[in-house]
Amino acid sequence: MEDITTKKEAKILVFSTEKISDPAIDLAGLLKMHYPPKVYTINIPCSSAVKPRWVLHAFEKGFDGVFIAADGTDCSYSEDCSEKTSELVGLIHKKMEEKGIELARLKMAAVCSVCAEPFVKHMISFNTYLSNIKSN
Amino acid sequence: MKNKIGVYICQCGSNISDYVDVEKVKEIVSSEDIVFLSKTTMFACADSTQKEIAADIAEQNLDGLVVASCSPKLHLDTFRNVAIRADLNPYNYVQVNIREQCSWAHSDKPKDATEKAIKLVLAGIHRVKHSVALEKLKISSENTVVVVGAGIAGMRSAIELADMGSQVYLIEREHFVGGRTSQWNELFTTGESGRDVVSSLYKQIKSHSDITLFTGAEVVSKGGSVGNFNIEVKITPRYIKPQCELDMDKFEKVLEICPIEVEDEFNFGLTKRKAIYKNYPSEFPEIPAIDDKNCNRCGKCLELCPDIDFGQKVETLNLKAGAILITTGFDPYEPKEGEFGYKTVDSVITLQQMKRLIELNDKELIYNGKKINKVGFIYCVGSRQPDGDNKYCSRYCCTSAIYTGTVVREKYKNIQNFHFNRGIRTYGKQELLYHDASENGDVFLQFYNDSTPAITSNGTGPKVTIEDFLTKGKEIEVNLDLLVLVTGMVPRKERNIADILKIPIGRDKFYNEIHPKLRPVETVIDGVHIAGACQSPKNITESVKSALSAAAKANSLISKGEIELEPTLAVIDKSLCKSAGECIKICPYDAITTVEYDGKTVSEVNKSSCKGCGMCIPVCPENAIQLIGYTDIEIESMIEALI
Repeated sequence: MEDITTKKEAKILVFSTEKISDPAIDLAGLLKMHYPPKVYTINIPCSSAVKPRWVLHAFEKGFDGVFIAADGTDCSYSEDCSEKTSELVGLIHKKMEEKGIELARLKMAAVCSVCAEPFVKHMISFNTYLSNIKSN
Repeated sequence: MKNKIGVYICQCGSNISDYVDVEKVKEIVSSEDIVFLSKTTMFACADSTQKEIAADIAEQNLDGLVVASCSPKLHLDTFRNVAIRADLNPYNYVQVNIREQCSWAHSDKPKDATEKAIKLVLAGIHRVKHSVALEKLKISSENTVVVVGAGIAGMRSAIELADMGSQVYLIEREHFVGGRTSQWNELFTTGESGRDVVSSLYKQIKSHSDITLFTGAEVVSKGGSVGNFNIEVKITPRYIKPQCELDMDKFEKVLEICPIEVEDEFNFGLTKRKAIYKNYPSEFPEIPAIDDKNCNRCGKCLELCPDIDFGQKVETLNLKAGAILITTGFDPYEPKEGEFGYKTVDSVITLQQMKRLIELNDKELIYNGKKINKVGFIYCVGSRQPDGDNKYCSRYCCTSAIYTGTVVREKYKNIQNFHFNRGIRTYGKQELLYHDASENGDVFLQFYNDSTPAITSNGTGPKVTIEDFLTKGKEIEVNLDLLVLVTGMVPRKERNIADILKIPIGRDKFYNEIHPKLRPVETVIDGVHIAGACQSPKNITESVKSALSAAAKANSLISKGEIELEPTLAVIDKSLCKSAGECIKICPYDAITTVEYDGKTVSEVNKSSCKGCGMCIPVCPENAIQLIGYTDIEIESMIEALI
């Protein structure tokens, strides 16, 4: 028998940052906090370094959602990293619009180095949202 | 492009293999054309496995390496060094995290965890396929450490750091140094008093030109990063002129005249203190302090003492440091009302209060006006909780309680001690103390988790009713004069520093190291170290050991004056660049300038200024910029492998 919950699970690509949000994702695992298993992480130095073409490539290849786990005010590179990542999301949204991709499939939130619980909550709610889109 | 890649899939004992079918992962990834060999291993980090990997690289002439194991934060350098030993460039190695981000996170769904592990390893293989050989970058570093907390661990680490040549700023929130150690009188095993130990360390600190001590000081913000932290410190005035030479007779008179009385936290609420205070005569720094929160500025003390100065203002300092060491200690567990009779039955106190009570009572042990002869100790209060949050053992309390009982028995006459315990944990040399206490008449009774002693009042003192495990569950009633709850350690209630520095907090709510065995004093925040009881329950010996370890680690990180960083740099393809200038605008380090190239103006990255953040790469309209290690082909091939 097929597992209905697994069938509906969305594939989510997370861009995490090596020094800030990736430790939080590690911490979630260390604390055995469960989130949907089809969440895959690629880490990069800073959340303001996500190229629009990577996000579009992910959608093109079949990811249901992309989540940018932003550095927020903790970014060791720039104090206004959040603003820069937000502007970047705006730029990616424009390109998604051009391709007819629903904008809500790209989500960004600040995830600090100890934000294991917020990360898990984000993944569960994003998965629920994307799964509903899939089911409909 | 690599075509002879070695893949090693770690079981991590059973941390991974309990949830991920590692043989299946191996079988599937081995079918990739570019994978030359694949193996599973019990512990990839074991010395024997490292040797095996190095031998495979050398003998099979592998051109890429993938190890699927724990977080790269633990073993990235371990396997990079394996690659170096086998003459493979360390940047042709990729570590895939199938533990924290797979087997542990999805331990509830092993089948899905295996499927995820396969995709993660395939992504790693595709990343290494396109990786290039690189050399590390170097940045300058301040050989200065900010040590936060001047308790035993902070003081000892400050001295060690200064001895090794680092400049140290020692920041203490209280107006006096010594932390918890100064509150304890005799210490096991040496019999020295805590304050003697603190005095000795303080004298060394004052004589060391490379240590600057700030008391009444708190870190309020942090900027920068490893090698170049900017720390903002707020200094609360003590309202006594620094040149004050303490005259104890005059100080006694000032104490008498001060109308304010507040609970004395140094004595855990057993006594009151004044708004102007000094916890004990030989406390350091020598001059007293005025408690800003409670002083009503009546000015009576000014009439007696010209050294009091209410004109002193809060100061803010900006310190530069290469590394930070947190040694902020612990709080004793505060029992809930009614927990083993605490605050509901008369003459029930905590172990920490008992230690202060002994010091406050010279010839006879008196509590609430009553002479004490029968003392009971209930162990594991606030530790090893079957239902509460504190599952851990606080480590120091068994020894501390037995030693306290021994001190009481030896200091006062006709004392009988009863120890109601859940199994005594006087490990190592401390076992001798347990033996001596048993030999000298202390009575030990033992109970289980599910049958804790009942505490009632017998009208004159507490009565303990216990089903004693050592006498086959016989119910025993013991009437006492004083009951001591052997309370363990909990993390500090006030810890703004954790929010400021984003120090990870573990399941036990203490600060979390990267790895308890492999990187026990480092945190995931580069350059931020932890030591002492802020990390986990420790006795003084263990705190000092971890302080010395952290001092050595911090010094080795920054003392060379430069720190090696990842060679992650932005590179601009000048043939594609049309000099739009977006990269120049966004770079936070002014690392991008323009140059003439092939008859046109183009952008160029200054390698010595570029920090490898990658902010410039998404904004280039021509996609002319790549970040080394995160090139389009690497990221996009990973995306394809993950889907």
